Amino acid sequence: MNIIDLIKIAITALLRNKSRAFLTMLGIIIGIASVIVMVSLGKSSTLSVRTQLSSMGSNMIMIMPSRQMRGGVNMGNSNAKSLENKDYKSIAENTKYVAHVSPSVSSAAQLVYGSNNHPGSLQGVASSYLEIRKYELEDGIMFTDDQVKKYAKVCVIGKTIVDNLFTNGENPIGQTIRCGQVPMKVIGVLKSKGQNQMGQDQDDIVLAPYTTIQKRFLGISHFNMLFASATSEEESEMAATEITYILRSNHHIKSGAEDDFDIRTQEELLSTMSSITQLLTILLTAIAAISLIVGGIGIMNIMYVTVTERTREIGLRMAIGAQNRDVLYQFLSESVILSLIGGIIGIVFGIIIAYIATKLLNWPFVISQSAIFISFGVCAATGVFFGWYPARSAANLDPITALRYE
Amino acid sequence: MPKNEIINIQNLYRTFQVGSETVNALNGVSFNIFEGEFVSIMGTSGSGKSTLLNILGCLDRPTSGEYYINGTAVSGLSKNQLSTIRNRKIGFVFQNYNLLARTSAIDNVQLPLLYNADIPMKERRERAIAALEAVRLADRMNHAPSQLSGGQQQRVAIARALVNDPVIILADEATGNLDTRTSYEIMTLFQELHAKGKTIAFVTHEPDIATFTTRTIKLRDGSIVLDQAIEQQSAAAALAQYEQNLTHTAI
Ligand SMILES: Nc1ncnc2c1ncn2[C@@H]1O[C@H](COP(=O)(O)OP(=O)(O)OP(=O)(O)O)[C@@H](O)[C@H]1O
Ligand SMILES: [Mg+2]
Repeated sequence: MNIIDLIKIAITALLRNKSRAFLTMLGIIIGIASVIVMVSLGKSSTLSVRTQLSSMGSNMIMIMPSRQMRGGVNMGNSNAKSLENKDYKSIAENTKYVAHVSPSVSSAAQLVYGSNNHPGSLQGVASSYLEIRKYELEDGIMFTDDQVKKYAKVCVIGKTIVDNLFTNGENPIGQTIRCGQVPMKVIGVLKSKGQNQMGQDQDDIVLAPYTTIQKRFLGISHFNMLFASATSEEESEMAATEITYILRSNHHIKSGAEDDFDIRTQEELLSTMSSITQLLTILLTAIAAISLIVGGIGIMNIMYVTVTERTREIGLRMAIGAQNRDVLYQFLSESVILSLIGGIIGIVFGIIIAYIATKLLNWPFVISQSAIFISFGVCAATGVFFGWYPARSAANLDPITALRYE
Repeated sequence: MPKNEIINIQNLYRTFQVGSETVNALNGVSFNIFEGEFVSIMGTSGSGKSTLLNILGCLDRPTSGEYYINGTAVSGLSKNQLSTIRNRKIGFVFQNYNLLARTSAIDNVQLPLLYNADIPMKERRERAIAALEAVRLADRMNHAPSQLSGGQQQRVAIARALVNDPVIILADEATGNLDTRTSYEIMTLFQELHAKGKTIAFVTHEPDIATFTTRTIKLRDGSIVLDQAIEQQSAAAALAQYEQNLTHTAI
């Protein structure tokens, strides 16, 4: 029997039981659709994380105090005071691979302008912070080192702050806003960066000289964090090593003792992020694979039913000259076509769902071609694997017994 | 010119094991059928007619004995080779027609050609139409079995048996499900095919049906008790007579 006949017979047989064929396919459809969705979403989330991180500056290095343990209790790192002005200065002066460094101290305050107010987070930084975090100014200027020295009451604000405080469309530059009790003069507005991959608004920010935040808001002399940037992405690790060396000697840490600070490069962050999404993808793909197996068992079940129903037909075909393999291929092609059609429908559904999901999540839409090809192959394999035993039981029927079957 | 020997069986035995009991369905049967013969195989129920026909049709193998079809020894052949013999050399007609449901007459007739790689796809239809014309059913070729009468269904089955141009047509109680009139029609058809040179072996337990053949083999308990040439009656004439009688009784 040639392939055209096989396909014709299989399709005719499937069309006779349309709803049964569809229900049988459903398992495969769901399985394949979820594989496509999972793989696509996995890919687009990785991609979106990558673009987000590199827009934050791919050679950025974050230095923070390590978690403080007191009697086995994790005290968090917010109270840690290990990063001091001395550390900042020595990193700025004594390194080769560090291009910029900026302290960071955070405070929260209610921002008021006229009758508008907005809860704001204040970040005290040095002027190099813009360069490190890849922020750009839309308007105005950044504060100078001189203003930093004098605890100047000046700030640079993000788009969200502008939208919430300056509702009448006035130019914020030169205006004074009140941050808690402290009046601050707006000298610059940042270009919008939108949300980061965590869904945080990166424009809801007030930047001020770190000295101002330390003296006028917090009354402290240490930093919460240090931000630095390596001279290049490749040199991030070297820069991190330099910083480690400096901080260990500044903090008098004996060799063998643990660091009292943590250094994170973007490279590390990127790889943890993508390993998380990879793990998720593997997990969800495994779930999808299970539903494929369930779908395959559905096919197997229905093929056994079909073979039993058509025992006499099988006997007749054998009586008029069908060989074992003709019968085998006839039923095998039926199960393969069943699962392939299911697969195609699943792929189409998967693409549609992935498209909608990425639009809603604001992620880039990527379609994994390899996932489509692999799904297609898996469908064919499922059809063969789960159709094999029913088809073989048909092919092994004895023609006389089959013809007499009631 | 000597006629071709289509079937040659020698000392055929077929035993079935049912539990501890052994059933001897065939007990050393031997005969030949030559080209152009129209043989009826008679016998009471359980005498082994179907068993014999299944072996002749290569659907079953004898427990012992020799079988040659058209000069080929069947005993040494594999399952697949038997399938090919069934496809090329044998046309089967069953008591219950065995047509594929919801499949048009022409597709049913074409079925054996699907398993014959020698016949190109485009020739199949022509061949099927020719076979349906031979059974005078070409006008019903697009009808499904459920849209045909029993006699018509049997004619489709006969067309299917003819389509591969077999060396012999084997029929097992082909008129068994039909009324007298339709049986005579089917026998008329078989006689036409015989007249065109077809070789036919026909199992029946109705003596009047056997009179339309040229030779009768009678089985009892798996052995031949009678094998003789008979004078062939015309089925067409019998049909005419039957209809006349019907009209007479009606009046
Ligand atoms: N598959 C089988 N298993 C066991 N015994 C069988 C089998 N097939 C046939 N027989 C036995 O062989 C004998 C011959 O059966 P067969 O079917 O050939 O009879 P038959 O002449 O065709 O009868 P009928 O006119 O009723 O069709 C019977 O006794 C039957 O019981
Ligand atoms: Mg019988």
